Amino acid sequence: MPRFISAKPDSRLLPLPWETPLAEWPVNLLVALPRGLSRHVVRFIKVGDDVYAAKEVIDHLAQHEYRLLHALMRQGTPAVEPVGIITERGAVDGVPLDPILITRHLEFSLPYRSLFSPGVRQETVSRLLDAMVVLVARLHLIGFKWGDVSLSNILFRRDADTFAAYLVDAETGELHARLTRGQREHDIDIARTNLLGDFLDLQAGGLLQEKLDPLRLVDMVTSRYRELWNELTGVEEFSGGELDRIENRVRRLNALGFDVAELDIQTDADQETIRIQPMVVDAGHHSRRLMRLTGLDTEENQARRLLNDLDTYRWRTGQAHVDEAVVAHDWLTHSFQPVMNAIPAELRAKREPAQIFHEVLDYRWYQAQRECREVPLLEATHGYVRDVLSDLPDEELNLDVLAPVVEDRQLVNPYDPSMGYVEAGEEPPVDAWENQADDQPEASPFLDLAALRARAAAKARAKAESEARDTP
Amino acid sequence: MANVSFSDATRIYPNSDHPAVDRLNLEIGDGEFMVLVGPSGCGKSTSLRMLAGLEEVNSGRILIGDRDVTDLPPKDRDIAMVFQNYALYPHMTVADNMGFALKMQNVPKAERQERVLEAAKLLGLEDFLSRKPKALSGGQRQRVAMGRAIVRQPQVFLMDEPLSNLDAKLRVATRTQIAALQQRLGVTTVYVTHDQVEAMTMGDRVAVMKDGLLQQVASPLELYDRPGNLFVAGFIGSPAMNLIEGPIVSGGVQIGDYILPLSREVLAKASNDTSLTVGIRPEALEVAEQGIAVNVNIVEELGADTYLYSTLVGSTDQSVDGQQIVARTSARHKGRSSGTVRLAADPTQLHVFSNATQERLSD
Ligand SMILES: Nc1ncnc2c1ncn2[C@@H]1O[C@H](COP(=O)(O)OP(=O)(O)OP(=O)(O)O)[C@@H](O)[C@H]1O
Ligand SMILES: Nc1ncnc2c1ncn2[C@@H]1O[C@H](COP(=O)(O)OP(=O)(O)O)[C@@H](O)[C@H]1O
Ligand SMILES: [Mg+2]
Ligand SMILES: [Mg+2]
Repeated sequence: MPRFISAKPDSRLLPLPWETPLAEWPVNLLVALPRGLSRHVVRFIKVGDDVYAAKEVIDHLAQHEYRLLHALMRQGTPAVEPVGIITERGAVDGVPLDPILITRHLEFSLPYRSLFSPGVRQETVSRLLDAMVVLVARLHLIGFKWGDVSLSNILFRRDADTFAAYLVDAETGELHARLTRGQREHDIDIARTNLLGDFLDLQAGGLLQEKLDPLRLVDMVTSRYRELWNELTGVEEFSGGELDRIENRVRRLNALGFDVAELDIQTDADQETIRIQPMVVDAGHHSRRLMRLTGLDTEENQARRLLNDLDTYRWRTGQAHVDEAVVAHDWLTHSFQPVMNAIPAELRAKREPAQIFHEVLDYRWYQAQRECREVPLLEATHGYVRDVLSDLPDEELNLDVLAPVVEDRQLVNPYDPSMGYVEAGEEPPVDAWENQADDQPEASPFLDLAALRARAAAKARAKAESEARDTP
Repeated sequence: MANVSFSDATRIYPNSDHPAVDRLNLEIGDGEFMVLVGPSGCGKSTSLRMLAGLEEVNSGRILIGDRDVTDLPPKDRDIAMVFQNYALYPHMTVADNMGFALKMQNVPKAERQERVLEAAKLLGLEDFLSRKPKALSGGQRQRVAMGRAIVRQPQVFLMDEPLSNLDAKLRVATRTQIAALQQRLGVTTVYVTHDQVEAMTMGDRVAVMKDGLLQQVASPLELYDRPGNLFVAGFIGSPAMNLIEGPIVSGGVQIGDYILPLSREVLAKASNDTSLTVGIRPEALEVAEQGIAVNVNIVEELGADTYLYSTLVGSTDQSVDGQQIVARTSARHKGRSSGTVRLAADPTQLHVFSNATQERLSD
């Protein structure tokens, strides 16, 4: 009987056919959501209104990934949420089935395969790369070496005008107290190779905007990572007369979305030179502040936008001297909530609430520019629903975003993009190696001493022969 | 291609009071396949990671060829970590899947193609080069992944438990393939595994580690025939060597009611010991009239061999009595192996260890 290991069990998962290999599950239990490439069998399963991602993976990796995802969650790092592991799943033909790792499907996540596709704007690409770099740097800050940075292992979500990136595959990850430079460099090295492969693959499949050069994209990622890392952790030295550079550094980090929890400031004996280095920085400067004030859980740039609106609201309603928390509550009930209430229920799956609010603000700004007047928030909301939202695809469970990209081509397996598209007339070539391997007997668990002695003897013979050849 | 040398290389992790790798001295020859093996936590991965540039070296040096790489970043060391990640891209051909990373190193197209073709020949993948990878089997995918490392032509291959994520059957096949490939390529390789059978079947030489300390480096056969200390004796071999402790008596060691004779030379070296441990491999035991008394519990036939799983009897020492003894005998003894029997040890295949120093005393 299968065994469930879970911190937050969902009893609706129990009756699913765990004793069947995941690749053979009946399709009525699955949803064919777009997703990245994978080496393992990965399927999205639907229970009630919830969708989970299931990955069939050998035991020690399942345990490892489950634990790491928990660790990332505790640290507040953007990653998919681990739900549980199903082990002891029984056997097919005497071969036991690998465990299944369950994570919660990340709502509103956008599959990268459609994000870089023809028609995409250079600015969008740039923002996707930035989001990726921020994610990697955040992971490195907490001592996490990913070991498999790739487009397939990252999920993107809208974040105001930009994107937020989430980690989805922690299987190769390692959590250390602190990363060495070599470990970070190695991670970036792996990222470069993987991303180059990802972009070249998109290109080969006609899924990459023509103007984009894979090699250049990869170099951009590397150089941006270096810049960001330097800003986050680098030492800055200046003379005693430039004390404002301390505050500037903190402001720059805040603007990048990071809080400085510990700044190391050293002065030399005669106070001539000052040396500063951020020791502990935490991501989520704006989202934490918004969460504290309003309880809203948003991405960093959404938070920035909402906080700006909150500031404007405070000023406009003449509450400059009222406590910030009080104004925030007021803003929530008189600005944010009414906009949400004005969104028809059937359209709410198209965008996250904070993203909708951000887009309404944008809509209002353009309308105000166009009509040279101040537009009330609710009026803008109705206009936005009518002109924008109703035509957008559903992004909560992003079913059709992929559709325009594949057009006349058909995935070999609608549940697994790793197999590529159907192509005509393909007979696999004969593989001498594989045929040979099939003929080999099962290896014994014991050490084959006879083989060992034979090998040693052959080696000694070869050595003697080559020596005989060398000495004429 | 190059040799690799660790000299007094030490790694102490932050917040740890003892070294994970303690003054490692290891010379790996040009083109050699060196396997690091040992129980979990012994420091083998840390050693490999120091060589890769992923862990700091707190003291000591590491050289690749005659270059001191101790402080170089990983990408400047001309090494390749194999099997870390081997995603295959569905829209690219097998050839492109193998060769694309060379684009980052500005290798000209003609040379890229040449290197890919050469690797494909080595891997038996020539006929697949223009195919898409979707129809490849697990084993073929592994080979494409190896190809990706081969085309880079690094000075050293590093592999950390590369087979641990494969199922049992693929593991055995891949093991053979890697060893054969390495031999043909002749690229210096450092390979980490906790599995001694894997280590012994693959390595030109095997370095056994325990608690951060190198125990012995030798060819598989030498490790098997002449383990240098008690740890190596117990660790190498499957089924494991029988290690039987007994007090020194005149002419040998007392085991139960039997005195196992030992040579004068060995006993002379044991002047600081009151008791010794005798190691006897299962195949060095035969059922006989005279010998160590055991109770046979299970008889198992595997091919031409019969394995007797038994327990020592007749000792007054509680800790020794009941110890498991495994013997591998030829099949003709089968009829007699039940109840209490005596096992005679081949006197030319005895391994004698000092209990005081754990070191080998016999030749
Ligand atoms: N919780 C989730 N929410 C949304 N998408 C997910 C989730 N889990 C997995 N996916 C999708 O499934 C794909 C494959 O999952 P995953 O990366 O874990 O598999 P894998 O076999 O370990 O991949 P790799 O080959 O990179 O090791 C991802 O690229 C992602 O698109
Ligand atoms: N990042 C780390 N931080 C602290 N201790 C570590 C770290 N990695 C390994 N160790 C410790 O160092 C020792 C050797 O580990 P490792 O090299 O991984 O051994 P092996 O590969 O032989 O299993 C172990 O005691 C382990 O707990
Ligand atoms: Mg993945
Ligand atoms: Mg993975």
